[in-house]
Amino acid sequence: MSEILKAENISKSFSDKDVLKNITLTLNEGELVCLLGVSGVGKTTLFNVLSGLTKPDSGSVMLKNKDNDEWEDVTGKNGYLSYMLQKDLLLPNKYVIDNVALPLTLHKMSKKEAREEAMSHFKRFGLEGCEKKYPAQLSGGMRQRAALLRTYLCKNKVALLDEPFSALDTITRSSMQEWYLDVMEEIKLSTIFITHDIDEAILISDRIYIMKGNPAVLSDEIKINEKKPRTQDFTLTNEFLEYKKTIKEKLG
Amino acid sequence: MNNKKGKIIDKLIPAAVILLVLIVWQTACSLKWVPGYMLPSPINVVKAFVTDFHELMINSKATLYEAVLGLTIGVLMGFFCAAIMDVLPSVKSALYPILVLTQTIPPVAIAPLLILWFKYGIAPKVILVVLVSFFPMAVGLLEGFQSVDSDMIKLMKSMKANKWQIFWNVKFPNALGAFFSGLKIAVAYSVVGAVIAEWLGGTEGLGVYMTRVKKSYQFDRMFAVIFFVSAISLILMEFVKLLQHYSMPWEHVKDK
Repeated sequence: MSEILKAENISKSFSDKDVLKNITLTLNEGELVCLLGVSGVGKTTLFNVLSGLTKPDSGSVMLKNKDNDEWEDVTGKNGYLSYMLQKDLLLPNKYVIDNVALPLTLHKMSKKEAREEAMSHFKRFGLEGCEKKYPAQLSGGMRQRAALLRTYLCKNKVALLDEPFSALDTITRSSMQEWYLDVMEEIKLSTIFITHDIDEAILISDRIYIMKGNPAVLSDEIKINEKKPRTQDFTLTNEFLEYKKTIKEKLG
Repeated sequence: MNNKKGKIIDKLIPAAVILLVLIVWQTACSLKWVPGYMLPSPINVVKAFVTDFHELMINSKATLYEAVLGLTIGVLMGFFCAAIMDVLPSVKSALYPILVLTQTIPPVAIAPLLILWFKYGIAPKVILVVLVSFFPMAVGLLEGFQSVDSDMIKLMKSMKANKWQIFWNVKFPNALGAFFSGLKIAVAYSVVGAVIAEWLGGTEGLGVYMTRVKKSYQFDRMFAVIFFVSAISLILMEFVKLLQHYSMPWEHVKDK
């Protein structure tokens, strides 16, 4: 597996308060990496930096170029990484299909073509029959899937997902996680995933970065060796509990 | 079922109150508690309305023309002003206080000035309507543009959307609700504004007609034209509601 994204020595402070300190992380192609940490530790700030929305005070974000395999400096540049924020942020006035196709139409694809392309993914994302509905007519889980599909259609090699399932109820959430593990197998998107839920982190990730402290650092890195695709059954095994114990100690 | 019943009752109550007021008013006039030249009875008002119907129609055409023309210009100006203030914060801080200040000047006070400057034609009336309808539109729209969820803007930026795309895809639809609320107010203001401007001079329009019947102490006709003016405003406001209903279909979808 080759590296596709690397962030080096990222530091960021807001009005004298240091939020991130010397954060270095890497992401391999097709890998799912979790950023695990308590709420408010600075995970979202790190995402804002990685996505280019916020400029770091120091450090750099490098992305491997799609075409020539060379490293490109994308620090502070928007549009190189697909970013899914915590809320689903679907536009209430657009049909689900047009919401999902938004990244395509924003990049000058015609509405008709964009709809066709979006449509071809509706089945896999479990959104069949919802094309001509408004977001308000969808359940929480479906809205989240629509937002995920929109993120996917941004067509960047790397996706940043900020607690995409945190607003869902427990049952919807575990079915979403299982569905997501399936989809990930198919679409092979390299992903960094924020969560504060240890179980979720162990279940879906290849690697977990533990983020803690004030200013926040990445204190530990844990590799989850269980092979994929995994199911919820994994959460009942001894290995799972071992991982959980290790992580709890490191977080604490 | 219960809900339906409740809705009917909700509509019946105001109708009953209006009916009661009309009955008391008519009784007061019939029993001569109030002299007829001071307060015409509702029946007389209706009679005056029927006799004057033709004249009211002709005059309302002029008033409506001024109101709609002024409203259109006011809405467009309000829209551009709000858009510019949204995009350029420095323009907002420069312009906003002046905007608020102009609203503290009563339209009745500037109407004579406008007539002095622009003579007796249609111009001063239209300008007054523009002045009164512009403000609710500009303020409402600006509010709508700026109340967008900042995370939505973040998401759009992460998708590399430019300012223009963010405006049309996010800010404008977000401001539609405020736009229609502003428009409802502006519509009512615009009819009243046109009538006020006509009071002070002109050859046709409901305001001109109003001053004419007032000068000849024909209070029944005076009342008829007052009710007519408010009826026009109400109809226009209903029209705006209808327009809102059809331009924002996502607001009233139900099934999940």
